Amino acid sequence: MPDQPASRPSLWRRIAESRNGLGFLFMLPAAVFLLCFLTYPLGLGVWLGFTDTRIGRPGEFIGLENYQWLNDDPVFWLSVFNTLFYTTIASVLKFGLGLWLALLLNRHLPAKNFFRAIILLPWVVPTVLSALAFWWIFDSQFSIISWLLMKWGLISQPINFLGDPWTARWSVIAANVWRGIPFVAISLLAGLQTIPQSLNEAAAIDGATPWQRFTKVTLPLLTPIIAVVMTFSVLFTFTDFQLIYVLTRGGPVNATHLMATLSFQRAIPGGQLGEGAAIAVAMIPFLLAAILFSFFGLQRRKWQQGAD
Amino acid sequence: MAKTTTDDLQGLEQFESRTRRFFVVWLPLACFVFVLLFPFYWMAITAVKPNNQLTDYANHSPFWVVGPTLAHMKYLLFETSYPGWLWNTMVVAVCSTFISLFASVFAAYAIERLRFRGARVTGLLIFLAYLVPPSILFIPLAFIVFQVGIFDSKLALILTYPTFLIPFCTWLLMGYFRSIPYELEESALVDGASRWQILTKVVLPLAVPGLISAGIFAFTLSWNEFIYALTFISSSENKTIPVGVLTELVRGDVYEWGALMSGALLGSLPVVILYSFFVDYYVSSMTGAVKE
Repeated sequence: MPDQPASRPSLWRRIAESRNGLGFLFMLPAAVFLLCFLTYPLGLGVWLGFTDTRIGRPGEFIGLENYQWLNDDPVFWLSVFNTLFYTTIASVLKFGLGLWLALLLNRHLPAKNFFRAIILLPWVVPTVLSALAFWWIFDSQFSIISWLLMKWGLISQPINFLGDPWTARWSVIAANVWRGIPFVAISLLAGLQTIPQSLNEAAAIDGATPWQRFTKVTLPLLTPIIAVVMTFSVLFTFTDFQLIYVLTRGGPVNATHLMATLSFQRAIPGGQLGEGAAIAVAMIPFLLAAILFSFFGLQRRKWQQGAD
Repeated sequence: MAKTTTDDLQGLEQFESRTRRFFVVWLPLACFVFVLLFPFYWMAITAVKPNNQLTDYANHSPFWVVGPTLAHMKYLLFETSYPGWLWNTMVVAVCSTFISLFASVFAAYAIERLRFRGARVTGLLIFLAYLVPPSILFIPLAFIVFQVGIFDSKLALILTYPTFLIPFCTWLLMGYFRSIPYELEESALVDGASRWQILTKVVLPLAVPGLISAGIFAFTLSWNEFIYALTFISSSENKTIPVGVLTELVRGDVYEWGALMSGALLGSLPVVILYSFFVDYYVSSMTGAVKE
């Protein structure tokens, strides 16, 4: 092997100088991580959904049995309903309130940066820890909201925020909206700041009312960013786990179980990895729909800018 | 980065009357700020309330505290495993952030500037990877973590957190690299610099703001992570803060609200302090991910 030392550096050099070789080399660390811990688990998750794997016992292929079982399981369908309800209501509220807040912040305000910094706080603090604060605020006996309402004479006994199915649903939605408004507001604010004020002024000179200026000038220009922001928001709301796990763990009587929490409950404490994976896989079609929506939002943006 | 308009910010608002401005702007804004901040106030005030005032709303105003106490904090720091959880969270967040930054810098540079064959598709795949939520990955990942034999160790978290950090950081850094003029690299190439030299001596120094953004954002995301830590860690001494506070401080039916809220407050402080120093970087990384 006399030419080994000579050929080695040249091979190295060839890779380092070719665009594709170097590109491959540079992509390697990220690719290894994502293939091992993202792509492979994604495939494994789909496979596990077709098996009866339990914790500590390798499973066998059982075809669609998990899905047939889930199809007959009213708790699963309740969780699908809860997830859709939770996602729809929370996203609509986050969008409405977030856009309103963004429009407020886009005005000429003193200490604007200070407000922006404060408003982002709920998003920075770990969700589990702020959810604990909400747990305390929603306490069945010592809730501060109940106390205030009783003091003002609006109700006669404390509200059982997390103990009654419908109040529990609305309570977790309130906490989720609280957590999600900052992201929507700050992202939309960034979008609003790219809209030239002169367009609004031109519309105003032509006699447009503030409402017309909002619907005919601001909103159309903001649509592409709204599409992306809301896709993210919907995606993260749909797959939410932490908030529910802290506040209710899916209770009372499964009224707040989302697909993510049900999948956790069946798979980890329940030990039925296969069934849990099947529930997680059942979330994928919804997520794909959200991603496609985002894709077309981006396409439209390109078309508007007239690029490419 | 889209540019911010610089034309007259006052715009049409000078025609608004003072009263109208109060009802249209200040009142709603005050409500928003109050609602968004109240849970933190409630968390902080509960953390320092002596136990006898905690639920006694009849004799003590719940919104204020007489004779604040540090007893809950003391209990937390000296009689529970809280300092250990703080340490674990720190180690996991710092390690996974550095791993992710390392991998992302190379990946983003390769996709954005080397333009190898399939770079565009790789960029799209990275974006899609960002959209895969942890709640559908944790079951198979738990399976893998168990088989590899790193279950219930910090390593399990350090290795799995980059799955959501790398796509995000790469996507963000791609935007930053795109904003660096190509001419700078070309002139360095003409002067005989290698790709490695260009990356370390030209591109990285210019991308420092992007690196800071991605770094603190990744740190915050890993500090806040919950579902993986809940699933992969079982022993008390390996838990992270969110999991430890929730699973170890909540016992039975009698909730120790003082200790719980102190735990939540102390656990939030590191990211809040980091945030207060780098607000603009947070905003740019949050909006950067959406605008690119």
